[in-house]
Amino acid sequence: MSFIPFSVNLLYDLHVILQYQFMQHAFEAGTIVAIIAGIIGYLVVLRNSSFAAHALSDIGFAGAAGAVLVGVSPVFGLLLFTTISGVGIAVLGKDVSHRDVEIGSVLAFSLGLGILFISLYTGYATEAYSILFGEILGISSSDVVITLIVSAAILAVSAFVYRPILFASLDGDVAEAKGMRMLLLGVIFMLLLAVAVSIAVQVVGVLLIFALMVTPAAIAIRLTKKPLYAITISVLIALFATWSGLFVSFYVPYPVSFFITSIVFILYLFVRFVYQK
Amino acid sequence: MKTTHARTDSDNNTSKTVVAKDLAVSYKGKLVWHGANFSVNRGEFVAVIGPNGAGKTTLFRLLLGLQQPTSGTIRVFDTPPKRGNPRIGYVPQRHTIDNENNIECIELLRLAYSGNRLGFSLSSREEKKAAFDSLSAVGATELANKPLSSMSGGELQRVFLAEALVGSPDMLLLDEPLSSLDIKRIKDLVGLVNKVVKSRNVTAFLVAHDINPLIQFLDKVIYIANGKVAAGTPKEVLTSKRLTELYETKVEVLRDSRGNIVVVGGGDHHGDE
Repeated sequence: MSFIPFSVNLLYDLHVILQYQFMQHAFEAGTIVAIIAGIIGYLVVLRNSSFAAHALSDIGFAGAAGAVLVGVSPVFGLLLFTTISGVGIAVLGKDVSHRDVEIGSVLAFSLGLGILFISLYTGYATEAYSILFGEILGISSSDVVITLIVSAAILAVSAFVYRPILFASLDGDVAEAKGMRMLLLGVIFMLLLAVAVSIAVQVVGVLLIFALMVTPAAIAIRLTKKPLYAITISVLIALFATWSGLFVSFYVPYPVSFFITSIVFILYLFVRFVYQK
Repeated sequence: MKTTHARTDSDNNTSKTVVAKDLAVSYKGKLVWHGANFSVNRGEFVAVIGPNGAGKTTLFRLLLGLQQPTSGTIRVFDTPPKRGNPRIGYVPQRHTIDNENNIECIELLRLAYSGNRLGFSLSSREEKKAAFDSLSAVGATELANKPLSSMSGGELQRVFLAEALVGSPDMLLLDEPLSSLDIKRIKDLVGLVNKVVKSRNVTAFLVAHDINPLIQFLDKVIYIANGKVAAGTPKEVLTSKRLTELYETKVEVLRDSRGNIVVVGGGDHHGDE
């Protein structure tokens, strides 16, 4: 791609980039995923559930690899494995969050299972590589449609349960005393997270999921005291990183995931150490 | 005046906020305490005292309808306790807000008002008003935009009290709100709770280890120890005879010139805190 010259006119550059269909798909899927990851990521940070997000992502690897093995799109395998394990984590509840060793063992097993599926498929690691680190430039138009439909569902459910989930995350004991159904809310949250993780894996991969699902929200809560503002900022950061990453990777022959994670990380460092109120 | 009226009128059941008869409760299959008989009227300030693990929080779980009695009856506002009763405001034990949590106080109070509602809404005037009203009831409107993560222990407990007051409940359950505060802050908070109790005619149950900062304001004491419950006015309960019966071992209640008390011999020592 490096043979295409870069001009100072960014709009012109974008015009050039979007003439390639794979870049169109990448921008479409990347935009949708950034919005969803920014929103759900805020709840992840608020609930201290980043380990759960990581767990679901790793478990999803086995699902994605299994899907490749049986010849369907990896996103279906991801959705199947993450939703089942998400409900499992929600139902087992508080006990699970203090069981790092047990969860860690399950994660390692899932990754192992995933690599077995991959080797059964071709014996070669290209598929594994793209699931682990993301391959947004290889996204198909049907993947974009699936991502859009799934994201619309996440948005609708999040908007519906927004206040109960926020309150239950912030002040669980009082929410329970007020008669709110904590188990149900926990399951709904883990389902939202599972589905969000599944589509985000397409962009940044299983191992880099934090870059979109956690770091933008972690930056946002340092910049504002209001949940709605924080969600907005989190979405904007995820969007900025995804768009910039795609843009830069068109001219520089390194992986998109690298650029996205770097941009997010630099922003995080800046807000954490330079920006002080 | 209202409270004295309610007390003389004690046969009238409608003034009773809580009535317990031969109440017993278990936790994970083990009997926690039994034989509790007490009644609390509207507008009374009640201390719940006892050693760690005696079952003070369990009493709150009963009142909140989160747990059922093993035997006996308990009635709250003349009905069996039910979960999610909007007439009860609750401050849980060791209630801390995550340090990373940069959310401002008023957002928590707004959620306390509308957090159980489904659907998306940007902001509603009644929600904002309810949040500010409860914040001003605890004299903390200046904390409205302060992030919870940067509040002191005393500020947090005031905000939690405001959170419990959102929606104007008739009864407050405060589980160890004093445990992390220094002596001056304890005095301030107890005075504030008393003010809320008197000005709003609210019934308050407050779990504490040390009864001394509370004693001048209390209408009743519920003393839980040794699997049993002694309840009544402070004068009735805090006697050597009554606590010796409760602990089944020799207990002495000593008083200093200012009315502070020390319980000696029951396995826990008030005044140590």
